[in-house]
Amino acid sequence: MTKILVDGTEVDVPAEYTLLQACEAAGAEIPRFCFHERLSIAGNCRMCLVELKGAPKPVASCAYAVKDCRPGPNGEPPEVLTRSGLTKKAREGVMEFLLINHPLDCPICDQGGHCDLQDQAMAYGVDSTRYRENKRAVEEKHIGPLIRTAMNRCIHCTRCVRFLAEVAGVPDLGAIGRGEDMEITSYLEQAMASELQGNAADLCPVGALVHKPQSYNVRPWELNKTESVDVMDAVGSSIRVDTRGREVMQIEPRINEDINEEWISDKTRHCVDGLRMQRLDRPYLRENGRLRPATWSEAFGAIAARVKAADPKRIGAVVGDLAGVEEIFALRELMRALGTPNLDCRQTGAGLDPAHGRASYVFNPTIAGIEGADAILMVGANPRTEASLLNVRIRKRWRMAPLAVGVIGEAVDLTYPSHYIGAGPDSLAALARGEHSFLDTLKAAKAPLIIVGADVEPGVLAAAAKLAGDLGAVTPEWNGFGVLHTAAARVGALDLGFVPGAGGLTFAGMLEAGALDVLFNLGADERDVAPGAFLIYQGTHGDRGASRADVILPGAAYTEKNATYVNLEGRVQAANRAGFPPGDAREDWAILRALSEVLGHRLPFDSLTALRKALYAAHPHLAAVGAVEPGDVAGAVAVLAGLGDSAGGAAFASPVADFYLTNPIARASRVLAECSRLARERAGQAQPLAAAE
Amino acid sequence: MLSDQDRIFTNLYGEHSPGLEAAKKRGAWDGTKFLLEMGRDWIIEEMKASGLRGRGGAGFPTGLKWSFMPKKSDGRPHYLVVNADESEPGTCKDREIMRHDPHLLIEGCMLACCAMGAHACYIYIRGEYVAEKHALQAAVDEAYAARLVGQSNVHDYPFDIYVHHGAGAYICGEETALIESLEGKKGMPRLKPPFPANMGLYGCPTTVNNVESIAVAGTILRRGGAWFAGFGAKNNTGTKLFCVSGHVNKPCNVEEEMGITFRELIDRHCGGMRGGWDNLLCSIPGGSSVPLVPAEQIIDAKMDFDTLRNLGSGLGTAAVIVLDKSADIVSAITRISYFYKHESCGQCTPCREGTGWMWRVMTRMAEGRAQRREIDMLLEVTKQIEGHTICALGDAAAWPIQGLIRHFRPEIERRIDRYSANPHSDPVPMAAE
Repeated sequence: MTKILVDGTEVDVPAEYTLLQACEAAGAEIPRFCFHERLSIAGNCRMCLVELKGAPKPVASCAYAVKDCRPGPNGEPPEVLTRSGLTKKAREGVMEFLLINHPLDCPICDQGGHCDLQDQAMAYGVDSTRYRENKRAVEEKHIGPLIRTAMNRCIHCTRCVRFLAEVAGVPDLGAIGRGEDMEITSYLEQAMASELQGNAADLCPVGALVHKPQSYNVRPWELNKTESVDVMDAVGSSIRVDTRGREVMQIEPRINEDINEEWISDKTRHCVDGLRMQRLDRPYLRENGRLRPATWSEAFGAIAARVKAADPKRIGAVVGDLAGVEEIFALRELMRALGTPNLDCRQTGAGLDPAHGRASYVFNPTIAGIEGADAILMVGANPRTEASLLNVRIRKRWRMAPLAVGVIGEAVDLTYPSHYIGAGPDSLAALARGEHSFLDTLKAAKAPLIIVGADVEPGVLAAAAKLAGDLGAVTPEWNGFGVLHTAAARVGALDLGFVPGAGGLTFAGMLEAGALDVLFNLGADERDVAPGAFLIYQGTHGDRGASRADVILPGAAYTEKNATYVNLEGRVQAANRAGFPPGDAREDWAILRALSEVLGHRLPFDSLTALRKALYAAHPHLAAVGAVEPGDVAGAVAVLAGLGDSAGGAAFASPVADFYLTNPIARASRVLAECSRLARERAGQAQPLAAAE
Repeated sequence: MLSDQDRIFTNLYGEHSPGLEAAKKRGAWDGTKFLLEMGRDWIIEEMKASGLRGRGGAGFPTGLKWSFMPKKSDGRPHYLVVNADESEPGTCKDREIMRHDPHLLIEGCMLACCAMGAHACYIYIRGEYVAEKHALQAAVDEAYAARLVGQSNVHDYPFDIYVHHGAGAYICGEETALIESLEGKKGMPRLKPPFPANMGLYGCPTTVNNVESIAVAGTILRRGGAWFAGFGAKNNTGTKLFCVSGHVNKPCNVEEEMGITFRELIDRHCGGMRGGWDNLLCSIPGGSSVPLVPAEQIIDAKMDFDTLRNLGSGLGTAAVIVLDKSADIVSAITRISYFYKHESCGQCTPCREGTGWMWRVMTRMAEGRAQRREIDMLLEVTKQIEGHTICALGDAAAWPIQGLIRHFRPEIERRIDRYSANPHSDPVPMAAE
């Protein structure tokens, strides 16, 4: 620790702190544009200049370390002045330079109201301009459907360039030209190839990069902001849902060091228009082969008629990818009351079973824990598309220090170098037998991590667990075995034990022709249901499930209900209602509660509070929002390993075939459809990937 | 006046062959092995004793700079980088060394490397110096062929030397930008600290020196630091290449003793002022980036670091630009201003935005199309740039204008008054370029 005086206040900070950090520790505010704590230091905006006693000129506090400051002549601590005349003059000067070529078009700029330049010009600038020359004009750049550029406004802080190169791992943006002709561009002006590019617009301190889909639509001060969690993948990124009236206008990231830091994927951000399109806003009933609008009582009547006529063993229920824990719980209680063993939530991941212990199906090391790993083996998992923010964490780990990554599965570009070992279970078996040198890397590692895709065969899961056990990847200090889920609902449903009871049919079994008389589908849209069974679909969008349904019950999307989601780490998180479901649609648990009464098995809760009380009584760990309940990882790995290795030889295929179109909300979004089209075009043009090095 | 036997660059004018044999006859590579065997501490002490100050413009003591390199390697190699990106307008001394006396440079590189525990040296040549690159490369090839340098050489000091050709950006003459460029990146200066002596080329300890500072090292060590320190005054010792250009009768490059007066330099070597001494308007004594000094102050001034600094200017690279009374001084400074606007790398705000602003105001002032109050505004803008940037290019852009306003404000005011006294239609505004 080093002592330093900031405006006369003495603070004791670590020597490797920058002056900016030291000033903040002392409570002094330092303006900045280019500095961002999650990006490398550029030191180019010069807004953070402060006076350092003894230095001949003001220093950039973002880049100057406390340990580089010289003590005074008698050993006094170095002194920084953040409010002196020199500092003030330096800030005013820099602000004037930033503004001379800035168009000052705040009234028509989307950044207005949450613009760093605007705010800091108010706080640190002067009141008028002395610049009488012509302003610089810069052509707009075309960098894809997600970001609109207005390059006249650019202040060349290079945050976007650094974000894409460092965090997203795609060198799509750069600066060309020199001096005042310097421009930020992708040069070829093609759409950027990152699934995280929206964050670059968030980082832009001015209105040079703004989100294209909502441009000219919103002003920050007219929005209601609701903190919530994302359900586009199983990571459960922390988000803020901004609504105007009933409508969700935009989704922004929230800082959560445990999960997404402060980034979100483009799918999370831009599924917003999907929440408006293709919505189911009233019940429907199939009559004479055609769906017609119906009332709730008509729909419930039709269901009751079929359910009461059916043998309980011929009734089943499946849960899709976006359901909250509350409605899954309600559905489970209803199905238990009806007496059917046919329950399943495993639309993907048929190999997972809560009977093996919770640690057998969650991502045990936790996302933040990835930073402790020193070798990673991916088995049938592609984190870049299946859990983008988890991939960002792996990349962050790789940037900190060399990290060995082995891949068994599809050869993909993970944004960091990896050793390609093979395509399928055979390669895993060969690796375990020591026929690949990567085994030695894993053995030498202190904290090896095995990431298994959720959709692998049970035999592969067993083989991977056996390898983890043999490597000693699970110790009291380190949990080196994790399952990579792709669906937000899955871990919660597995926690509730929403899997077949004794003699019950599995997910795939229930969808087969003639398996059931009545199938209740809670938002599962990724699989086709064979003709025959009477299909009740409860969901939000007119997607695959709805088009096959005999009765449609319109539910609420994740922004329209208070719900609990459990992310892939097993972290319990709360989604909060930001708006209301459209038309006659209702919150899902309430629909099930109403239906249960018509079916003659009234569920014992009349409010969400009562439901949660019952839920927490049955599953106490779900009450601890924000926490991950530690599991018996070693035990679970041993159980899995004991299941025996009987894996087939088929190559692993990711459950995420198209990153942008993984669920009904995303498929309804026009913006994501455009992203998907561009991604497919890019994939068509791409050279064969040299993922292995 | 420097006597011929005290000249270091005895083939400055290319009267003899630059080849190895001829260079050896002139004294290069003489006793190099002995000097290397004296060891790094001795070399550094001699360099310190010689009082040599860096010849690239800033005038930092060379021996001291070498001593900043870590005494023991922590596993990282050490590097010497020679800055041959000589782009300062008015400066053309390193070019002559590389053309005509390249072996002095190569030998100096080897000695400097020995002084800092380095075994590899990169010479970064300015993009426009194509012939010089070929000349230097030929000399390096000769040295390799004669086993003077290389992994196993006659001096028993493993040493490799590489000539790297830049792409012609002025900013790559800044030491950290040069390192970036050498690494294959965009030539943009780095933040300091860390200084190159800790984290330089490829993250290793590196010293960047000017060509002239390195090329004089061999002769200094052979003849002793005290010999070199015998020229000039304290803190301003040795001999120096002066590049005199502008309105003198015979512009030239000449090696002279530090502290020679301006008058003597011009009279003795350049055939005197064009039109006599009364015709002198001012001089820019150290390359385009230092403030000008008006005639009455420069005429009998000693040409050394401290005297010129006390005159509010600097010796810089000793590129003496002389202007007589036929020169349009405001236009001349405007042109310099354009140069800095053109060469600003664009990394940091004050320089990127300020150089263009200054140039535009200067352009108007050269015509007189300005207000008198804008002179003070311009001066303030230069102060806002100076000292607020990552590298010294911002200072270099500001100083010429400060010098102009300090000494020639009446001239600017006269133009403004003359312009505003006559009717003019405002020019049609154009989009900024």
